[in-house]
Amino acid sequence: MTTSEYDSLRPPEPAGRGRGNGRRRRRTGPGAGGADGSREMPMVPEAEFTSYYGRPVVKPAPWGPEIAGYLFLGGVAGGSGLLAAGGQLTGQDTLRRNCRLAAISAVGLGAVALVHDLGRPERFLNMLRTFKLTSPMSVGSWILSAFSAGAGVAAAAEVDRMTGERLPLGPLRRVLRTVEGPAGLEAAAFAPLLAVYTAVLLGDTSTPTWNHAHEELPFVFASSASLASAGLAMVTTPVAETAPARKLAVLGVIGDLLATRVMHRRMDPVAAEPLHTGRPGQMLRLSEALAVAGGIGTLLGGRRRSIAVASGLALVAASALTRFGIFEAGIASAKDPRYTIEPQKRRLAARRAAGVTDDSITTAG
Amino acid sequence: MPQLAGPTDPAADARWTDVKPRKGFFTDTSICIGCKACQVACKEWNHNPRVGDLELLGSSYDNTGSLGASTWRHVAFIEQGRERIEQARESGRALVDLGMPGVGAPKPAGPGPAPTGLPDTAPPDTPEFRWLMSSDVCKHCTHAGCLDVCPTGALFRTEFGTVVVQADVCNGCGTCVAGCPFGVIERRRDGTAAPKGKRGERKGEQPDVPNLGVAQKCTLCYDRIVDDQTPACAKTCPTTSIKYGDHVDLVALARERVAELHDQGRTEARLYGANELDGVGGTGSVFLLLDEPEVYGLPPDPRVPTADLPQMYKLAGLAAGGMIAAAVLSFLGRRS
Repeated sequence: MTTSEYDSLRPPEPAGRGRGNGRRRRRTGPGAGGADGSREMPMVPEAEFTSYYGRPVVKPAPWGPEIAGYLFLGGVAGGSGLLAAGGQLTGQDTLRRNCRLAAISAVGLGAVALVHDLGRPERFLNMLRTFKLTSPMSVGSWILSAFSAGAGVAAAAEVDRMTGERLPLGPLRRVLRTVEGPAGLEAAAFAPLLAVYTAVLLGDTSTPTWNHAHEELPFVFASSASLASAGLAMVTTPVAETAPARKLAVLGVIGDLLATRVMHRRMDPVAAEPLHTGRPGQMLRLSEALAVAGGIGTLLGGRRRSIAVASGLALVAASALTRFGIFEAGIASAKDPRYTIEPQKRRLAARRAAGVTDDSITTAG
Repeated sequence: MPQLAGPTDPAADARWTDVKPRKGFFTDTSICIGCKACQVACKEWNHNPRVGDLELLGSSYDNTGSLGASTWRHVAFIEQGRERIEQARESGRALVDLGMPGVGAPKPAGPGPAPTGLPDTAPPDTPEFRWLMSSDVCKHCTHAGCLDVCPTGALFRTEFGTVVVQADVCNGCGTCVAGCPFGVIERRRDGTAAPKGKRGERKGEQPDVPNLGVAQKCTLCYDRIVDDQTPACAKTCPTTSIKYGDHVDLVALARERVAELHDQGRTEARLYGANELDGVGGTGSVFLLLDEPEVYGLPPDPRVPTADLPQMYKLAGLAAGGMIAAAVLSFLGRRS
C-alpha cells in the first residue's frame, strides 16, 4: 500500500462502502477489486462471475424492521382469528376472548408498523383507492381491512363484557351482541389469507432469495402463523381450554419444519445461501431449535401451566425469528449482485441446454 | 386482469382506447462517448435533485453509481483488457451460433447503405484495451414488475406504452422497488441534508427535494412526448447513441445496426431487450451492448415476478386451506 505524508489529512474512508464487502470481495471477482474505490481495478477480471463493480443489479425493498415485524404480527393475528372462531364455535369462552384480543392487538400493531414504514404515511388510505389483483400489497390491504373489521367488532364485544358493560354504547350494545358472532366468523374467513398473503408479497418481487422461494413460502408462513398464534394462546389461556391450541401448535411445528426443509432443498443453491449465512442464518437456525423445543414441550408438558407458557413463548419467538430471518435474507440477497446474476445465468444456460433458445433477453439480432 | 407474460401491445393491454404507437429508446452503446450529457439533460428537465456528495467512486469515469430515484440516466464505464475483449467476442459469437431469433442471412450492411458524408460509426477496434460506455435507463418493460405490484395505482401505463409514476398518488410503500427486475425504480430519500462544513461532506446549498418519500423513475419524458417532443436525453445526445422513436422502428434499426457490426467482424455486439419472448415481454428501451449484460450491471435473464403470480395465489390458497384444516382438526370433538 502506498503511503504519503498527506495521508493523515485525508478524510476518513466512508464506512458504508467498505462494510459488508469483505465477504464478497474474495469471490465477486471483477467488481470486488476496485468496487469501493480503495484500489485499482484489476484489468482482467476473474472468469465466471462478472458484475458491474460489485454493485447490486436489483434494489432491495426500502423496508425497515417494521415490515418484518408486520410479517410476524399478521401471522399471529390470522392464527388468533382462527383460534377465536374455534373457541366461539365450541364454547370455550376464555380461549375465544383471549384470542380475539390477541388478534385485534396484533393486527392493530401490525397496521401501525405498516403505515409507519410508508414513505408518505399521511397517504396510507391510498392503499384502498383501488383493488388490484396483480398487486399482492393491494390484495393484502383489503384482506387486512376486512379482517380488522370483523376482529375489531368481536374484540369490542369482549372489552365491553370485561369492563362490565361500561362502554358507552347505549342501544348499540344489543347490535354489538348480535353481530359479534358473525363478525368473529367473518374475521376467521380472512384470517388464513392474512397469514399467507405476505408470502406472496415477498415471492412476487425480484429480490432473489424471496423470489426463488415463492413456491414454498406460503406454506412456511401458514405454519409459522399457526404455531405462533397457538403458542400465544398457550401463554394467555389456562390449560383447561388450550387443548386445541396445543394440537394446532404441534401441527404448526411439523408443517414449519417440513415446509422449510422442502424450501431449502428446492431453491437454487446460490439464491438460498443468504438463508444459511450471516445473521439471517443464525436467526433461522435458532428459530428451528425453538420451534422444535416448543413443539416437544407442548406435546409432553402442555397440560402443565408453567411448561405450556414456556413452550408458548418459545413458539412465538420461533415465528418472529422465522419472519425476521427470511426478511433479512431477502434484503441481503438484493444487495449482492451474485445472488441475482448467478441463478439467472444458470437458468438461462439450463434452458439453452434444453434447446430453448428463443426466450433470452440478449439476442444476436 | 391484464396479460402477465408474453408478447403484447402494453398500451392496448392496459385498455387504452386511443392507443398511440409504442415509444421507446434505442441506446447504441457502440457510439456512446461517455459525455454524460444525457444525465445532465435528464436532471435539468425533470428537476431531479443531486444524489450523494459528489464523491469519486473509483469506478472509471462513473461517479454516479447506478440508476435511482433521482438518477434516471446513468452512464456506465467499463475498462477492459485483451482477454476480456476476446471473451466478449466469443460470447457474442456463441449467441450468433445459437441461431437466436432475428438472425437470418446477413443483411446488406457495412459502409454500403450509409450515405457518404456521414461520420464513421465503426467503434475503434483496439485489441489491447477498450472502454465500454453505456447510458442505462428505465426499460419501460412490456410487463413491468413495478407497475404490476403497485397497490395504489400510482404507477400507470401511458398511451405510448411507457410506465410512469404519479407522484401525488404514490404513498411510498416501496413494493415497486423490490418488484423491478432491473433495479431501476427507487423511493426518493432526502439525499440533500443541510450543508455541512467539514471537508469531504456535503458541499453547497441545494434546493428542496421534490417528491420526497415516493417512488421515482424515468418517465420517458411523458410531459415532452405528449407534445411531440423528443425526451431530454435523446435530444441532447451528441452522437445519437440514444435514439428515440416508435418502438417498432427502433427495434428494426437496432437489428440493422447489430448486423452491420457483425459484418465488420464485431461479433461482441448484441441486442438487449429486443426479444418480445423474453421474461419481461421485451423492453421499451432497447440496447446494443458489446459484452454480456451483467458486465454493464444488467440482469442476464430477468423475469417479471408477476408472471408467476397466478401460481403463487394458488399455492397461497392451498396453504390457507391447510391452515383451516389444521384448525378444524385441532378443535374436532370439542363441540359444546
